[in-house]
Amino acid sequence: MFANLKNNDKLIMLGFTIMVFAGPIILAPFGAGYPDLLQRFAIFGIFAIGFNILFGLTGYLSFGHAAFLGVGSYSAMWMFKLLTMNVIPALILSVIISALFSVVIGYMSLRRSGIYFSILTLAFAQMSYNLAYSVFTPVTNGETGLQLRLQDARILDAVNTSGSLPSPSLFGLKLSATTVVEAFGMRFQFNWGFYFCAIVLIIMFYISLRIFRSPFGLMLRAVKTNQNRLNYTGINTRPYTLGAFVISGVYAGLAGALLVCTDPLAGAERMQWTASGEVVLMTILGGAGTLIGPVIGAGAIKYAENIFSKINDTVLEGYFAFMPETISDFFVFIVSPFVGEGWHLMLGLIFMLVVTFLPGGLVEGATRITGWIVSLGKKSKSVDANGSTEAAE
Amino acid sequence: MTKLTSGISRRNIIKTSAVGAGALAMPLVFTGSAGAYTNEPKGSDVTFGFNVPQTGAYADEGADELRAYELAVEHINGEGDGGMMNTMKPLSLKGNGVNGKKVKYVTGDTQTKADAARASAKSMIEKDGAIMISGGSSSGVAIAVQGLCQDAGVIFMAGLTHSNDTTGKDKKANGFRHFFNAYMSAAALAPVLKSAYGDDRNVYHLTADYTWGWTQEKSIVAATEAMGWNTVKTVLTPLTTKDFSSYIAPIIASGADTLVLNHYGGNMINSLTSAVEFGLRGKQVNGKDFQIIVPLYSRLMAQGAGENVKGIYGSTNWHWSLQDEGSQAFVKSFGKKYKRPPSQAAHTTYVQALLYADACERSGTFNPCGVGEALEGHKFDGMGNGPTEYRAADHQCFKDVLVVKGKEKPESDFDLLEVVEVTPRAQVEYAPDHEMFAGGSLGKCNPGA
Amino acid sequence: MDAVFLQFLNGLDKGSAYALIALGLTLIFGTLGVVNFAHGALFMIGAFCAVVMRKILTLESVVLSTTEKTPWGDAKEIRTPYIETWFGDVGTTMIEYSVIFSIFFAIPVMMFIGVVMERGLIKHFYKRPHADQILVTFGLAIVLQEVIKAWFGANPIPQPAPASLTGSVDVGIWLGMTAESLVYPLWRLIYFAFSAIIIACTFAFLQLTTYGMVVRAGMADRETVGLLGIDIDKRFTFMFGLAAVITGLAGVMYTPILSPNYTLGMDFLVLCFVVVVVGGMGSLPGAVVAGFLLGILQSFAAMNEVKAILPGIDQIIIYLVAVIVLMTRPRGLMGRKGVMED
Repeated sequence: MFANLKNNDKLIMLGFTIMVFAGPIILAPFGAGYPDLLQRFAIFGIFAIGFNILFGLTGYLSFGHAAFLGVGSYSAMWMFKLLTMNVIPALILSVIISALFSVVIGYMSLRRSGIYFSILTLAFAQMSYNLAYSVFTPVTNGETGLQLRLQDARILDAVNTSGSLPSPSLFGLKLSATTVVEAFGMRFQFNWGFYFCAIVLIIMFYISLRIFRSPFGLMLRAVKTNQNRLNYTGINTRPYTLGAFVISGVYAGLAGALLVCTDPLAGAERMQWTASGEVVLMTILGGAGTLIGPVIGAGAIKYAENIFSKINDTVLEGYFAFMPETISDFFVFIVSPFVGEGWHLMLGLIFMLVVTFLPGGLVEGATRITGWIVSLGKKSKSVDANGSTEAAE
Repeated sequence: MTKLTSGISRRNIIKTSAVGAGALAMPLVFTGSAGAYTNEPKGSDVTFGFNVPQTGAYADEGADELRAYELAVEHINGEGDGGMMNTMKPLSLKGNGVNGKKVKYVTGDTQTKADAARASAKSMIEKDGAIMISGGSSSGVAIAVQGLCQDAGVIFMAGLTHSNDTTGKDKKANGFRHFFNAYMSAAALAPVLKSAYGDDRNVYHLTADYTWGWTQEKSIVAATEAMGWNTVKTVLTPLTTKDFSSYIAPIIASGADTLVLNHYGGNMINSLTSAVEFGLRGKQVNGKDFQIIVPLYSRLMAQGAGENVKGIYGSTNWHWSLQDEGSQAFVKSFGKKYKRPPSQAAHTTYVQALLYADACERSGTFNPCGVGEALEGHKFDGMGNGPTEYRAADHQCFKDVLVVKGKEKPESDFDLLEVVEVTPRAQVEYAPDHEMFAGGSLGKCNPGA
Repeated sequence: MDAVFLQFLNGLDKGSAYALIALGLTLIFGTLGVVNFAHGALFMIGAFCAVVMRKILTLESVVLSTTEKTPWGDAKEIRTPYIETWFGDVGTTMIEYSVIFSIFFAIPVMMFIGVVMERGLIKHFYKRPHADQILVTFGLAIVLQEVIKAWFGANPIPQPAPASLTGSVDVGIWLGMTAESLVYPLWRLIYFAFSAIIIACTFAFLQLTTYGMVVRAGMADRETVGLLGIDIDKRFTFMFGLAAVITGLAGVMYTPILSPNYTLGMDFLVLCFVVVVVGGMGSLPGAVVAGFLLGILQSFAAMNEVKAILPGIDQIIIYLVAVIVLMTRPRGLMGRKGVMED
């Protein structure tokens, strides 16, 4: 049964779509069902999926993808400022600009491989960040961040007389609009911005799935396995790797554009190399080279960043309140360095464990566990092969 | 949704996705239970959001701001010794929370970055249901968050932000600032500098490269040039700079005899330390002693820079050594709780929290429009700065400004600044459409929802 | 002209930090073939050794004053470091010179941390791809940084240099220029001298001692040395510890220049990788030369005259050099052919 499912892409797509659309309902009980976080899940999901097309398939480890995200954000912001608050032109421009940007950087960086490639991408990204921060201030507004103003041209939009800033919209549908439903003692928040990002995420996921299954994807995997052998057989791998680089750059640019669609301000910090490191963490944590892994990794990290980081000692004491006081104090003492402000510590530890023991990330972990359950079931001669349908690759 | 099982093409996916989104969200529009304004408190308590830098160049200030907020919430809820609630005039708060609701608070880390600050504020509004956001060292952050609050329909009570733009070209109807600004600093400092250093000086500026640095440089240049000083050069330094040695070296060759450091927090500590290390202070240029000026000063910075601040002029919003009743009450309750005197950052955020709560109580609502109306033009006293007014035209507080100097003989670890002059309000006041503040408009108050 | 000299000194000063860190990084790469992204964290831990030493020296006794009061009305606390009560003025001097004591404190600590890191984690990654090494050490860097943050907080902790070693000296007079034309902070000069000594010692150790020769032989051909019956693994572990010590000392001595906080490691990590790549992966002299070269270039790029011609050049010069070197000569200035070029 499990083996049959494995290659059933239709089911993967269906499951993925349902899960994404039901996000606000599924995640509400975990405290993560509010628009800002949901949007981040979707946006960083796109970013990580794109990064995975480069790293997961070709093995080229880029430490500079945040630059494309930043470029996407800035181009989208300029569309908002000059043309219209409609998000479609913003997305289009950000795709074009980030593609151009990644062609240039990719063309140069891909002339080297291994750690040299990593350092090159890192150097290019840091240059972009430092320039955005300093001399490009007229374009990026530097440290203050590029933001909307009342006096912006917006030549396609009607003249704004309301005296307040417009917000990004999709043909008149405001992306910031949220419908709140209170049921079962919980608040469910359905936000147009999230659903817009979700649709883009599903499209981008589908494209990534098609790339994974295509001859192009196969060629990229061959590059990862042994690039030298490919070169010796007379195949020029450069166009393939450059293709993957540009595609992943466009994914990043799109994610950057969506970031400003949901919150119209672009700060230079999103281009810093640590931001590039974050997408590396997401992809590896979820499972590099797997389809669904990057999305899971992005979700896990954004969840930790926004929810785990809010758990302080008082909350912990609540968790352990059922124990006698000395024991609960002990547990609070043990756990507290790893949550709240220290969530990065937990992230670093988990990441190290994943790299060391689970090179396939959380997805490999899930597959192993299901495999173990299945084999356990077989041993006890039970026919209950109810393996989870979640493992996508 | 049954359609999905019958073969998937790319076109179908897009189509069904759109339908799916509609199907999930559309019918629920009618069941939505929107309040009259964003995060209208329905239970027995109300949540404030405190968004301060806990990491980055201004982390020191952020930590002190957080202490002050905690204290303010305590006092509003009627715990502790009441602090400035005993001296604030007029006062509507009764010491039982606000509008009969107990105040709770959530905190966030702005990381001194516009992006992170917005994300943190957004999550406080959307997830924790914060009715107001306060905080933000760094004007870049304050302006970014102020814009967000305007869009989201909550009140923003600015913390330590000194840029002219916060209540100038980036002012917003939902945003209010108690802290003074760069123009006021320049107006207060200029006469003192003139009498101390004469009217013939060549000035070199090092400026933090963001909105606050830009406006402060502009203000100081305008004020000092008006009294005859000459600006030799202005150099921008990125906010993330830590080693200023390569910025200090060119000053020596430039022929300048005065250095203005438009830096704050960790930046200022590092740049001042470098400047002193390179022997700038002992230098003689054109027959004059080389002088350093730090237009925006704080006691925390003075502590970080140690010996180097002695004799250096600057301005500050408030200092713990002030002898008025309000300041004394605040220093006492802050000192008792945290074993240290409050900084100016702590003072302004404490006052902002109290002013907000008082305005809510006075207007009897948490609706941003009602609260905003109660704050506009509000005149109050007993909060450490003498008689103060929230000007309705730009939501900026007008009050006296302190000119301070690094103390030559400190009596304790905290006794680092001495107040040289209290510049009266009239001398630092400006028209709302002054050229340094022009170009923006408050817009209309936004209650959200 | 003086400005050029001053920037040159600034460059030497920056360069000496880069060179020391890059030297440690190259030792690790050259001996063990491991790309260590946690190297910046070692620099930071070194800096925090100085913080810990100072904390130990300034452990205080607290007595409540009977006469003096704080501004908020409590009795004033009078704090005296134990060491002053015990040793009097000698104690005060010891606190004053805590940076010097920190050096002796940091050597065993860093050696221990280095050896634990190598035996506990790195050795499991010798056979794995470089990408995995980068990733796991990147994770380790995050962990170390967060541990420091949890213990010491997010704010920088100032570490003043000894009073007699602060202030500035008139370098110009030594060079026969007019007085006051070239004044430079004393501690930065000391830092330069210190790093020159450390670098010289490291090279002397590798070139002149038998132990060093075996290590160099191992770097060139690990298997053959192993076949000769020498336990090369043990020596390489020691070299990892030594690299940690060099980097840690660079951190200790840097504390008076830059107040240490937990981000110090990540701030320097990217820079020192660029230095290593420019110098040539695996080349020790390359790392040192590139360290000084980039430090000096960076300083000159910060001159107003240069910035007037090429705005923003001071922000990108280091990366620009790295890109140019990697594009035209991927083995770096002094690297051997074929290293990491796969």
